[in-house]
Amino acid sequence: MAQPVSSETYSRPYAEQPRGVLAFLTRLQGGTRFTTTDVFTYLYLIVGTFVMFAPVLWLVLSSFKSERGLVEFPPTLLPYWQQTVEVEGYDQPLELYDVTLEDGTVKRLAQVARVGIMARLIDPANPEAEPVQVNINQRQAVRYVNFSLQNYQEAIQKFPFLTYLGNSVVVTVAATVVTLLINSMAAFGLSKYQFRGRDTIFLIILSTLMVPVSVILIPAFLVINEVGWVNNLMGVIIPGAATPTGVFLLRQYMLTIPDELLESARIDGATEWRIYWQIVLPLAAPALAVLAIFSVMWRWNDFLWPLIVLSRTELFTLQVGLNAFQGDLNVQWHYILPMTVLTLLPITVVFAFLQRYITTGIATTGLK
Amino acid sequence: MLGVFDYVFEPLEKRFGFQRMAYIFLLPNMLIFGIFILLPMLLNFYYGFTAGDSILLGNRRFIGTDNIAKLLDCVSIFDPSTCNQDRFWRGVGNTGLFVVTEVALIVVFGLITALALNRKLFGRGFFRSMFFYPVLLSPVVVALIWKWLLQQDGLLNAVIVSAGGTRVPFLLDGGWAQFWVIVSGAWAQMGFFTLILLAGLQSIPPDLYEAGQIDGTNPLTSFRFITLPLLMPTMFVVLVLSIIRAVQIFDHVYVLTNGGPGSATLYIVQYIYTTAFQNRNYGLAAAASLLLALVLMILTVFQLRLGRRVDAA
Repeated sequence: MAQPVSSETYSRPYAEQPRGVLAFLTRLQGGTRFTTTDVFTYLYLIVGTFVMFAPVLWLVLSSFKSERGLVEFPPTLLPYWQQTVEVEGYDQPLELYDVTLEDGTVKRLAQVARVGIMARLIDPANPEAEPVQVNINQRQAVRYVNFSLQNYQEAIQKFPFLTYLGNSVVVTVAATVVTLLINSMAAFGLSKYQFRGRDTIFLIILSTLMVPVSVILIPAFLVINEVGWVNNLMGVIIPGAATPTGVFLLRQYMLTIPDELLESARIDGATEWRIYWQIVLPLAAPALAVLAIFSVMWRWNDFLWPLIVLSRTELFTLQVGLNAFQGDLNVQWHYILPMTVLTLLPITVVFAFLQRYITTGIATTGLK
Repeated sequence: MLGVFDYVFEPLEKRFGFQRMAYIFLLPNMLIFGIFILLPMLLNFYYGFTAGDSILLGNRRFIGTDNIAKLLDCVSIFDPSTCNQDRFWRGVGNTGLFVVTEVALIVVFGLITALALNRKLFGRGFFRSMFFYPVLLSPVVVALIWKWLLQQDGLLNAVIVSAGGTRVPFLLDGGWAQFWVIVSGAWAQMGFFTLILLAGLQSIPPDLYEAGQIDGTNPLTSFRFITLPLLMPTMFVVLVLSIIRAVQIFDHVYVLTNGGPGSATLYIVQYIYTTAFQNRNYGLAAAASLLLALVLMILTVFQLRLGRRVDAA
């Protein structure tokens, strides 16, 4: 009869491995102990994450604050709103305060009026009673944390946000579709055919890889002017569509697709367009995905070119509109903050879902 | 979709033969490329050598190299106030300072971050995303985030006051404005270069470190003699790309400080933009952009040369 194997025999090899949540969190490749380098690495990464993300978090938290909360100094971390109360006989809701009375007791009262440093308050439960007059330092506002969407609602009404959003979406989507189509066609032509001038064309494209819009602003504007695309979304969409980066990226990828595949399709009687559309494009999908993500990022965030082409407000993209709005002499932060959050939201959502593709895409192609 | 294009492309193929279809495939891209990128590049030369306040070529006077001479007209280039175009030289000086400091920040912190992220730690993916996130933000958004942080009653001043200091007018003081433009620029760009450096680190074969261990390396010597030399090609790419991008600094500064206070954060692209589109001096602006293009071209050639040498090695 076989000896029953004690559970200890099994567990012994694992006994030195710590268990539990903490152990899981602190486990390390190859060892079980935390070294000093690990501590410093974590410390650096945590501080770094704070530096990278805190400014954005502060913007988002601030965007929920009331107009009054935004000018408060020092600012509160969370968005506090003044508690108000409806009192019979008053049209507007009244603000609630904790008032320290002369006898030292604290009472929650509603403010009716404030003149200079004196405030007049009534008891909301007994509005008929004689109002109390106190120095404003004797009263403390009753506030509560409220992630209110009021700023967002008002800003969307005051600011043609939806128009700008619509323009940005049209530009981003149309430009990305056009970019993918014409860049992939050009890359197909450059990678799968032998013809005279091919290498020259490729070299010319390559040499403009590093030429930024800022260098050709003036003549590019003239061309747009001649074509009649000033104050036309076409003027924003089309010029940037023939991206040298896109052609380069796709060409390099298509070179890895075996030519035999194309040959056998030709023998089967496929037209060139069919080969491009039904064989090469599906095989180049990973490179197309990377380019699509970049194109969306470029177009959504583009600022200088739309700023030059568009001068009519109803054609502004979000970036240009946001800039125009913040340039007002009297900066209205309670509108600008929610608008900024709404502008960064779409790209953040895209990143949250596609971050793996984006980060590996950049690491492998080295472009933004 | 396929049907529509087939309808257009099939007769073309019958007419020209399948080999010549390459031209047809290239046509749309090259048409747009030629009209909106190549033609403007050539026209820019013409603008640079003409004067007048009309953007139309026919109404412009040819003046040869006068624009470039005007830009370069200086008693001493180290003192912008002695120059005919003092704002141009202030822009050049500011851009130089910006490029050197921002690129240094990016390379140093990008490398430290990449090294940290290259270690096998819990939550590596999370940290990588956090460091990368600002790269996705548009320049306008980046500027507004920092403007809100740096304003008189902003969070940073609150921290200073609570530590017993007095409020600093960060964006109204020339030196501070320059400082924060550099910091916010590096903040927004660093994640991108960190990723490239990280990819470079990950392409170093791990057996090299194992072999090093047998030869008795410690972490410091293995960094010095294995990591650093093998990372050099990536470092060059990062260096040149970040310099090329830093030279073109414009958007986020335009929103954050608009070149101010005074000309403290006036950079070369903003000089071109205001000279052309606000002062309507297209010739002078084009001449300045020719000089900028020259610098970028030198940097690009430099990068290609280095890239080739690295490839050959």
